[in-house]
Amino acid sequence: MEIVYVYTKKRSEFGRQCNFSDRSAELHVDILPDPSQMDNYIERNPCDTPTQCAQEMSEHEVNTECFQTETRGINHVEGGWPKDVNPQEMEQTIRYRKKVEKDENYVNTVLQLGSLMEHCIKQNNAIDIYQQYFEEEEEVSVGDEVQPSAKTINVFRDPNEIKRTATGLSWHPDGAKKLAVAYSSLEFQRATKDMCFDSYIWDIDTPYIILTENPDKPEMTLKPVSPLVCLEYNPKDSHVLIGGCYNGQIAYWDTRKGSQPVEMSSIEHSHRDPVYKVIWLQSKTGTDYFSASTDGQVLWWDIRKMSEPTEKLILDTSKKGNLDNALGAISLEFETTMPTKFMVGTEQGQVVSCNRKAKTPAEKIVCTYSGHHGPIYALQRNPFFPKNFLTVADWTARIWSEEIKESSIMWTKYHMAYLTDGCWSPVRPAVFFTTRMDGTLDVWDFLFKQNDPTLSLKVCDESLYSLRVQDNGRFLACGSQLGTTTLLEISPELCTLQRNEKALASAMFERETKREKILEARHREMRLKERSRSEQGKEEEAKDEDTEESSEDLVVRAEKEFFEVVEFELKKREREEEKSQSKADKVRVGYREKDKLIKHSTGNIALQKCVVYSLITGIVNYQ
Amino acid sequence: MEAEVEETLKRIQSQKGVQGIIVVNAEGIPIKTTLDNSTTVQYAAQIHQLVLKARSTVRDMDPQNDLTFLRLRCKKNEIMVAPDKEYFLIVIQNPTD
Repeated sequence: MEIVYVYTKKRSEFGRQCNFSDRSAELHVDILPDPSQMDNYIERNPCDTPTQCAQEMSEHEVNTECFQTETRGINHVEGGWPKDVNPQEMEQTIRYRKKVEKDENYVNTVLQLGSLMEHCIKQNNAIDIYQQYFEEEEEVSVGDEVQPSAKTINVFRDPNEIKRTATGLSWHPDGAKKLAVAYSSLEFQRATKDMCFDSYIWDIDTPYIILTENPDKPEMTLKPVSPLVCLEYNPKDSHVLIGGCYNGQIAYWDTRKGSQPVEMSSIEHSHRDPVYKVIWLQSKTGTDYFSASTDGQVLWWDIRKMSEPTEKLILDTSKKGNLDNALGAISLEFETTMPTKFMVGTEQGQVVSCNRKAKTPAEKIVCTYSGHHGPIYALQRNPFFPKNFLTVADWTARIWSEEIKESSIMWTKYHMAYLTDGCWSPVRPAVFFTTRMDGTLDVWDFLFKQNDPTLSLKVCDESLYSLRVQDNGRFLACGSQLGTTTLLEISPELCTLQRNEKALASAMFERETKREKILEARHREMRLKERSRSEQGKEEEAKDEDTEESSEDLVVRAEKEFFEVVEFELKKREREEEKSQSKADKVRVGYREKDKLIKHSTGNIALQKCVVYSLITGIVNYQ
Repeated sequence: MEAEVEETLKRIQSQKGVQGIIVVNAEGIPIKTTLDNSTTVQYAAQIHQLVLKARSTVRDMDPQNDLTFLRLRCKKNEIMVAPDKEYFLIVIQNPTD
């Protein structure tokens, strides 16, 4: 709306100077309030208006220099003597003392204090106020409701860009404050040129969370010529370590002397395949150890002379010392309480028990235990019951008794993922740990539950390759495919010996051993009967033809049955996920039946084994 | 009178488990002792400071309060101190066992 004021001026008066004069106010425009305009607006009630009445302040930060403090002790000599008395002079001090003793105040004070003191002394003599009551009684564990658990304490990552698998772990023998980890890449021809060969020793106290310190710094680096597959501390001398390399050599380090190996075994006399396991032997000098590799040899060495092994054993079960026939060794077991015996776990799934003191090489191999379908990744005797040992291979972990050679006495169910490593707990006879390819760590308590692990933890997303328990049974280290070593602490229930546990475990092992013995005896009887029956039948027909046909028939039948079982299983899996227990059972049943069929035939054993192996690879590919 | 003092101290010394007695004055000078010189001096100086600190602690918390006795139970023995305005009586005892 325009407000206009018009005035006129004569043209002749243009340009004249202005004469201002006072004038009273005139009202030119009066715009009255228009209530209809209110509709354009909304009343806001209440209105928030902030006000602040405060002191203005500013903030400064100052970091002062560190004030150096030192703590010192003082040894008092003499003091407080008055000026006229020389403390060194006996006479003067005695004189001073005598003077004080004559003082009346002194006498009264001492008498009074004396009676007070006597009272307290007598109190002390009367009763020991700090006496411990019920010292002999053990604390009753309330732990039945408490769930066993494990928590991660620390994680050590491979500092290199190209991650390698943590294939070997070894705890420091004294106090176990350090962990040596061997890194290598076990996949065939996976190792790139840039892959670092180093292995590290980590200090487990390196803080996990503090970001200022770099937690990815190992305490010490070991630089071998070829990546290390396994690594062991010498239990007698905590500065010495030996490592088995990917190229078959063995190197030994002294941590006081630096990162380079002190000595390496000569290439001509070393293994031809990666050294999968080295173990220190019990000897007076503490310098002996032996190594095993998939080239079929077990070699004994002395670190003082690494140019040549002191002894050699070829794992040929036909006892002819034929290297072509030999089984590849992938794990070793040695118990210091039984220094003449040792066991080797092979790639073919057999455990070979050997005697070191045998006179001829043929007698060295005492017996074999078969039952696994794949390479035996871990082999360990139970520290409390050395007659029983644990093997971890393919999809199960099995417990064996030395006396029963045909099958294991106890086993876990078939898992979904391959088992890669396992070990007994050093403090509890019925507890052992296993790691899987899906990154899970299982803690089994066989006295408590045999179907499932007592505790199953997903440690990481990639597969776990190695596992080691510390001697106190509390800490566990497991290494993964990407070189991440996780340090876990398990809850006290899993690492304190329960009452009667030893007795119960021993009873359990004996019971299972007896059961297997009975089963074995029955099998033998059945086989004898079958053989005598089939021999009668064979006398009528030509032997060769019959065996050919029967074995082929059997193979076809086995294959058909097997595939039927697998298909059935797959269909079932598609239908329901929850019935995984029974699925595993079905496969096991399928295996068992196949075993029986093959046992009954009279064909070539080698052919059967090939068939079994190819059928198994069939499963693996199928899955 | 001095004989009574001697008698008192002897009586204390003869109690079961008592290893030593020291009488220290306000300046830290050991007046009477049954232990050897170096030990005595050490005890005198250290305990003297401890008693002063203890006393000041008690009085800081409550000015009406005062320290009447100080007992230091250690692994190997027990040190008992009876303080006074001018003198302390320190006794080292190995209780019970």
